[in-house]
Amino acid sequence: MSSQPSQAVQEETRSADGPIVNDFGITFCTVNGSGSATANNTVLRALFKMGIPISGKNIFPSNIQGLPTWYTIRVNKDGFLARIEKDDIVVAMNPATFARDMEYLVPGGVLFYADDIKLPITRSDIVCYPMPVKRLIKEAEVPTSLRDYVANMVYVGVVAQMLGIEMDAIYAALDFHFKGKKTPIESNFSVIRAAAEWARANLTKQDRYSVERMNATEGYILTDGNTAAALGALYGGVQFVAWYPITPASSLAESINEYLPKLRTDPISGKTTCVVVQAEDELAAAGMTIGAGYAGLRAMTSTSGPGLSLMAEYLGLAYFAEVPMVLWDVQRVGPSTGLPTRTAQGDLTFAYFVGHGDKNYIILLPASANECFEFGWKAFDLAERMQMPVIVLSDLDLGMNQWMTRPFQYPDTPMDRGKVLWEEDLEKFLAEKGQWGRYLDVDGDGIPYRTLPGNRHPRSAYFARGTGHDEFARYSEDPEVWERNMARLKRKYDTAKQYVPKPIIDDANHAEIGIIAFGSNDPAVEEARVYLAQRGVQTDYLRLRALPLTDEVEAFIRSHDRVYVVENNRDGQLAQLLTVNLPELGAKFRKANHGDGMPLSARWVRDTILSLEEK
Amino acid sequence: MTTQEKVNAVGMTRADYRGLPSTLCQGCGHNSIANQIIAACYELDIVPENVVKFSGIGCSSKSPTYFLSRSFGFNGLHGRMPSLALGALFADITLKGMGVSGDGDTASIGMGQFKHLMRRNLPMLYIVENNGVYGLTKGQFSATAEKGLKLKREGVNLYRPVDICKEALVSNASFVARSFAGDPKQVKELIKAGLRHKGLAVLDIISPCVTFNNQDTSLHSYAWGKEHEVRLHDIAFLPVPPRDEITVEDFEEGTVRSVELHDGSIIQLKKLEADYDPTDRWHALRALEDAELNNYMVTGLIYVDPDAPSMFDLYDLPEQPLNRMTESQLRPPRETLEAVNKMMF
Repeated sequence: MSSQPSQAVQEETRSADGPIVNDFGITFCTVNGSGSATANNTVLRALFKMGIPISGKNIFPSNIQGLPTWYTIRVNKDGFLARIEKDDIVVAMNPATFARDMEYLVPGGVLFYADDIKLPITRSDIVCYPMPVKRLIKEAEVPTSLRDYVANMVYVGVVAQMLGIEMDAIYAALDFHFKGKKTPIESNFSVIRAAAEWARANLTKQDRYSVERMNATEGYILTDGNTAAALGALYGGVQFVAWYPITPASSLAESINEYLPKLRTDPISGKTTCVVVQAEDELAAAGMTIGAGYAGLRAMTSTSGPGLSLMAEYLGLAYFAEVPMVLWDVQRVGPSTGLPTRTAQGDLTFAYFVGHGDKNYIILLPASANECFEFGWKAFDLAERMQMPVIVLSDLDLGMNQWMTRPFQYPDTPMDRGKVLWEEDLEKFLAEKGQWGRYLDVDGDGIPYRTLPGNRHPRSAYFARGTGHDEFARYSEDPEVWERNMARLKRKYDTAKQYVPKPIIDDANHAEIGIIAFGSNDPAVEEARVYLAQRGVQTDYLRLRALPLTDEVEAFIRSHDRVYVVENNRDGQLAQLLTVNLPELGAKFRKANHGDGMPLSARWVRDTILSLEEK
Repeated sequence: MTTQEKVNAVGMTRADYRGLPSTLCQGCGHNSIANQIIAACYELDIVPENVVKFSGIGCSSKSPTYFLSRSFGFNGLHGRMPSLALGALFADITLKGMGVSGDGDTASIGMGQFKHLMRRNLPMLYIVENNGVYGLTKGQFSATAEKGLKLKREGVNLYRPVDICKEALVSNASFVARSFAGDPKQVKELIKAGLRHKGLAVLDIISPCVTFNNQDTSLHSYAWGKEHEVRLHDIAFLPVPPRDEITVEDFEEGTVRSVELHDGSIIQLKKLEADYDPTDRWHALRALEDAELNNYMVTGLIYVDPDAPSMFDLYDLPEQPLNRMTESQLRPPRETLEAVNKMMF
């Protein structure tokens, strides 16, 4: 990352005039269901194709058609891709939000608007470009039924012309979107070209913004976290997926369905090696997953907060009966139905404590699409090694938005199927140890050996249950047996520390201040650290990737005077968990948390830390 | 001199199918059912390791430990046994699933999962040990308790009961049967037929609770059951190939109807009612409706569709059990990832 200032502090640091190249935010303000996603993705992909770092964020309503929706692309030559709070450029297609959308513009910003919106322009410090959308569409000879959908292509053409987005790059984006189908590619492209032509002939460039080809996206791919997680799971050998539709997690399971035939068809039999079931609800989705995990399949489910609430009961059973399973929670804003189409990191404490009684879970915290892929396969190794649920906490911002990310890397370790005894293994085990018990800890790591249904050895069977049981899976209400089993489970959870992904630590600054964050806040934190350094505030940074906490986390906290815990929720849930786990270090934590449904911005992180530093 | 204990065709003695001693009440209908499960599996020459038992929560759901100790089992959550069984049985589709549930577990808390299991036609035997009462929590009404039933601490039941067989029929279950725990021979024959059915076999067994709900006037009591049971037919199950021990001599020619199951085994029904046709769903519903109107209980094979595609038929599964597959079969080869990365733009 370069240390040049960037968008989050645009209005403070920019010179009053001169061109602004490859460094701005543009928001497309449209109506949900109008087909604007295609147009917006076309712009995003074209910029990426031009080698310019970008991120795209869809701020959409819980609605199928008719409510306002916004799509913000951040263009940043330095590779800062966190959300920015103000717009440099607004493309106003929705009269309902026109006045407010305009307010988000920075001074000197640009307003493109459909000229059929007959509303007053209330800003005198911006540049305005009206676009004759209706006229251009009429001229484009498009079937009436498609007019609304291609209308958005008019703004693609006008914006491309005024900012300098290359037509070849736009064509490549359309070609990708329509999977090479000539008819839709050409009909959309002809509208774009005509609109660009109109803009060239009729608009005079008055603003400062433009794009120029770079070479900064080579070695990156463009994808979303849900697709990445699905692919990771497929490379992790997932064999059973049960799910129930919920925003923002649905596209995870749907992506598994999409890529399953390509990646997981057995070359000899022609059969697929993974079963996907859409369950009747999340209770059943969890139950099916746990059934499959119990019987030896790599099993997963994907959901969001409300679904996790319903799965609480089954997660407790999986913990106690020691069943491996993977659960992806693509977080949205809770409590309750909350904001179904907005992002948050509000399920952390719930995931950590989910279910009644004493229990623990492994939690993975991916921060990039690439890491969604990595944890997509790794989660199964962990679940099967530890014989317990692994909950992966993604979020809407990471899961549903497009990110440029490093290409997916092939798993660098063989599959870890854990301690499983098939017929011959059991025979050998019995010969060596004299006895086998499903919950008997023979290795001292708390992890027992399991057999799987289908094992035909006459001594392989056991009766799994959520009720009290002894080392041999026999029902027991004996206080000593109960406590011994619970102590072993705790020991097992301690063992998990050896296996979970370690945090990523940057302590090169040897600063007094440490920052701890996780998940999709990473870009905002990295960017904020640059601005803080410019203000003379040096920071170190630990990005947490898993729970239970490994020793590195405690060491990091101990070696810093004060530790800012940055997170996207109301209560500072990670700060709470750190305090619970490391109570003697509690005084060091400073909560830097906030939740309004939007991804955190670098400016907010910087300003929050600065203001707390002043106290 | 020791007498050699009798073994079946797979070399198992009856003892190989036993479980732990029951901890249910003396005289509980569920114990009788457990014994018939043991007998049915023994007589069908089932290898115990080929069965997986499932249950929910309640007295009935405790019973899977009282039979087939050599089979895997999972006693899961209240009302959530169907989903657990569904996931597990996909791991090795050569295994036989056997679920034991109760009326609370199936018709109250578990109604949703029960209905969806039927919709999917997962191959397994689903036994409901139906006593109209919650036993483990000391005698509350269940959803199958009849309206007007009086229980000691609960007073009078205000609501109409759920009829599990009717629910099964309207959910397109492919095998619906009802029996009475006091009629062990019929119970056993229906268990056998259910185990051989290639889809979901729902077997609702009225199983009186001797402690909390065995008043002579209650329809979940021994006395009422014995007095009001009307068999649709006498039933005999003939596995394939037919074996000598099963006698069919009491089935008179001309009054016997045979239903062939998918694996070639045959259920023989000696007709008591002249024109009862268990492959006609409308007929089946009518029989249940008539029974309710006239205050009797029909038992026997109420409905069967031997050819309904099972859930496994709907998935294109490999022959090798999924849970025996190893890394080389499950992890796509390295070279595929390059193509995947290219697909991402």
